[in-house]
Amino acid sequence: MQLARVIGDVVATHKDQNLSGLKLLVLQPLSADGSASGRSLVAVDAVGAGVGETVFFVRGKEASLPFFPTWVPADAGIVGIVDHWDLG
Amino acid sequence: MRIARVVGTVVATRKHPAFDGGKLLLVQPLTLDDSPRGPVLLAVDAMGAGVHEKVLIVIEGRAAGEALGRKLAPVDAAVIGIVDTVDVQE
Repeated sequence: MQLARVIGDVVATHKDQNLSGLKLLVLQPLSADGSASGRSLVAVDAVGAGVGETVFFVRGKEASLPFFPTWVPADAGIVGIVDHWDLG
Repeated sequence: MRIARVVGTVVATRKHPAFDGGKLLLVQPLTLDDSPRGPVLLAVDAMGAGVHEKVLIVIEGRAAGEALGRKLAPVDAAVIGIVDTVDVQE
């Protein structure tokens, strides 16, 4: 998983039927110091995240597992909203 | 598997139920000479690892889910060992 900030959302009226009703959000991955790191991406939301929140997301087919037994065609999914993180 | 250093912990109240009771660690993957390689990742902790420890991680969904003991968990990285030593001959 990786830390990310939700920086936007995506509306797609015509999409795979297994994506219907799901929220698609634009993520900017973050490094441990909170700065932007790497390319932005679109993720399916499994926890009710919103723009401006810090989240963590999973990559790969596991992004679909919160919606099991429906197989959502997603390769990134938000699975938690971060309260805070601490560096040792 | 990759060798990584635990660099922090993450607190998240609202998360997928598969993460309940599990610890979330920030891990920095390392090269064999201990320099950082790639982005810092979040890994679920199956071993009771602590900050600053060198650990063995899997970065693959099925393996991470097995480590968590939950096969349908939406995870892609897990700490599956605490490294004592790494001995590279060449």
